[in-house]
Amino acid sequence: MADVPMTSEAVAVPRERGRTTSSTFIRVFRYTAIRLLALVISVVFGVYLTILVANMGGAVDDIRRGQIREGVAMMLSMDPDLRQLSRAERDVLAAEYIAIAEARFGLDQPFIVRSFRFLQNALTLDLGRAEHLTSDSGSRQVRQIILERLPPTLVLFATANLFLFFFSVTLALFLSRRYGTFLDRMVIAFSPASSAPSWFYGLFLILFFAAMWGVLPYGGMVSAPPPAQTSAYLLDLARHMVLPVSAMVLSGIFASTYSWRTFFLIYSSEDYVEMAKAKGLASRDIERHYILRPTLPTIITSFALMLISMWTGAIILETVFNWPGLGRLFFSAINLYDTPVIVGETVVYAYLLALTVFMLDFVYVLVDPRVKIGGKGGA
Amino acid sequence: MSRLNKTLQQIARYPSAVLGLAVIALLIGIAIYTVATIPYSEAIRLWRGGEAIWGDYPRTAQPIWTDWLTSDQLPRSIVLDSTTSPDVEKTIDGDPEASHRQTLIYTFDYPYDGFPQELVIFMQGTFLDRRPHASLTWITPDGREIRMGEMAVRSAETYRPGQDSRLQRRLRGDSAEIGLFVDPEAENRTAMKGTYQMVLDVDLFEPEADVEAKLVIHGQVHGLAGTDHRRRDLTVALLWGTPVALAFGLLAALGSTLTTMIIAATGVWMGGWVDSVIQRVTEVNMILPFLPILIMIGTLYTRSIWVILSVVILLSIFGSAIKTYRAIFIQVKESPYIEAARAYGASNTRIIFKYMIPRIIPMIIPGLVVSIPTFVFLEASLAILGLGDPVLPTWGKLIDDARSNGALFQGHYYWMLEPFVMLMLTGLGFATLGFALDRIFNPRLRGL
Repeated sequence: MADVPMTSEAVAVPRERGRTTSSTFIRVFRYTAIRLLALVISVVFGVYLTILVANMGGAVDDIRRGQIREGVAMMLSMDPDLRQLSRAERDVLAAEYIAIAEARFGLDQPFIVRSFRFLQNALTLDLGRAEHLTSDSGSRQVRQIILERLPPTLVLFATANLFLFFFSVTLALFLSRRYGTFLDRMVIAFSPASSAPSWFYGLFLILFFAAMWGVLPYGGMVSAPPPAQTSAYLLDLARHMVLPVSAMVLSGIFASTYSWRTFFLIYSSEDYVEMAKAKGLASRDIERHYILRPTLPTIITSFALMLISMWTGAIILETVFNWPGLGRLFFSAINLYDTPVIVGETVVYAYLLALTVFMLDFVYVLVDPRVKIGGKGGA
Repeated sequence: MSRLNKTLQQIARYPSAVLGLAVIALLIGIAIYTVATIPYSEAIRLWRGGEAIWGDYPRTAQPIWTDWLTSDQLPRSIVLDSTTSPDVEKTIDGDPEASHRQTLIYTFDYPYDGFPQELVIFMQGTFLDRRPHASLTWITPDGREIRMGEMAVRSAETYRPGQDSRLQRRLRGDSAEIGLFVDPEAENRTAMKGTYQMVLDVDLFEPEADVEAKLVIHGQVHGLAGTDHRRRDLTVALLWGTPVALAFGLLAALGSTLTTMIIAATGVWMGGWVDSVIQRVTEVNMILPFLPILIMIGTLYTRSIWVILSVVILLSIFGSAIKTYRAIFIQVKESPYIEAARAYGASNTRIIFKYMIPRIIPMIIPGLVVSIPTFVFLEASLAILGLGDPVLPTWGKLIDDARSNGALFQGHYYWMLEPFVMLMLTGLGFATLGFALDRIFNPRLRGL
């Protein structure tokens, strides 16, 4: 979660001079096309693989067929009107019902055909209907279910990740100027603490603050019944967010600060920074123009990847804290073999990831003049 | 060898690394001890065993050391078996060839402050046609005699005084665990300390008939680690969790790092389509959601820890690490010594395995060590989701058991804290060592 990508996709190459603008345009266009094509292919493959896995390569169909058969047999045996029918007649009727139900789920077609239809629907964001799950308002639409779970996940993860990101970058910048101080050594000493994931700290915090001392709730998003007033509601929400947010911050803060600090330190020992120091520039200016500027691509990459990682939520943290977000939705979808929901969540994530990766290449050009699009080995 | 010595000397200069190494050594020691004393099959048998194995153990009893933290002494378990214990006196009245009476007297000391958790009497009767008749009497340290119950003994008879409603009425509404031990004089219902006796009178109606009985008084504390809701001793899981966690972490980290390295080196060296295929596969793999796929495998296919381990390695091979290694290998590829190797006609495999990979091994060792806890915690994460290996006792499964059986709500904190401590020790041990190695092997960081 806190790892800092040290390499960027686009490669910094020395700016070549004397090229005409038209060839630049063609080069950028070609690069963009190839890059887009590669990304589209990865998204298609990724989503198709998810479809295969989520259907167990077709084995989920057998489970579903069994469920249908059992349901029909149950229905027929419970119906008093059908008692008089002979065994053969009942079997015919059962076969008819089963065929209708299988056709409704599309089970009358071979899996491989359907898997490509799933793929087409997923890629066109036609997320379809869930098989077992419903939204709290009772809708079977995957889109509705996902949209309903999105706000809780966003509230929790945006709070924690934004705080974590900006706090660790600021602290790291501060420490990189004062390395070797007590505070700096403390951060280094504590950084192994980040080897434990956030749910681990979450359970730990629940144990102390909820179970032993009873000052904060065990989990959930609001008390039941939720407070009617908006201000009281927000306060209640904040109370429920304290533990999960602290868990995420605890598990991320030290390693994140440590790696950013090391990253900044490497950049602040560059010759041009020494030069700027020698010129007597204010440390604020050095920080802003000589350290932050060249490291901006990495910071932006990390920030963008963090933003889209919020989409998936965190399955275990949400399970531990009983948080009604997308992570837990995913988990319950898997347990119910609800493939439309699994595929729906994955495809949106794949699109977001591909889009971000694509955009990043252009952002690099904007923030770092040394980066040139479509340069040698840039793909 | 001298290089290893040099590395060790460098490690010795970092106190945190020494500490990390010590923790790892301790864990490896525990793992070896465990595998040597409790074989794999025995561990599974114990952990899956029911009342037959764990009947004499109390339910969710705290570890004994928690008792040392407070001034009072919580009751331990007392087990008196008439076939083995010297504290059971067996006498026979009457003619052994006809109907006769057998008396078993159980004598034990009760110096504890609380009440016991549960009382159970397991009886085994030997007879042909006519069941022996048993009656139980309880004698308190101040000499009061309490009639407990009477029953015809079958070949295997279990009597739980706590569930005997007639006894409860005789004890004025107290359950047997309290009523048999409470001091009637004391104001705030404390247990009477002293020597208790239970007398089991058995009437036998056949010459060969016999009754043996075991008195089990379940205490509130047990053993080094306590017990869980199925009376199982937690030490089994804590001990066996160690080799499982170490093996899982080490194999996953080693397997994925080495394969990733070989693939990255091959891609860089061969270039062309090989390189681009590897790049594309990596991009596809980065879109695949890692943990959800593991959950799907666990739910839909199998939960065996070794299958999950293989999938973890497979999915991690084409991770983002491949991009990092690629960047390093691209620099290595241009080095003069590679050119020299090419000049003398070294084969592709030789260059990849003998020239390129050894060059970056020092750079990846710290990352490898740091990634071990990630995989250890991954196993625990899967267990929390209920996807742990169904037969093996692991730390993650202990946490899951504790969580799903309300350990937090009922105050059985030891149950969750013990696996926590083990996981944290493992995590910190490998992470501190890895961070120190990072500074040793990557000289650019040394001054920082």
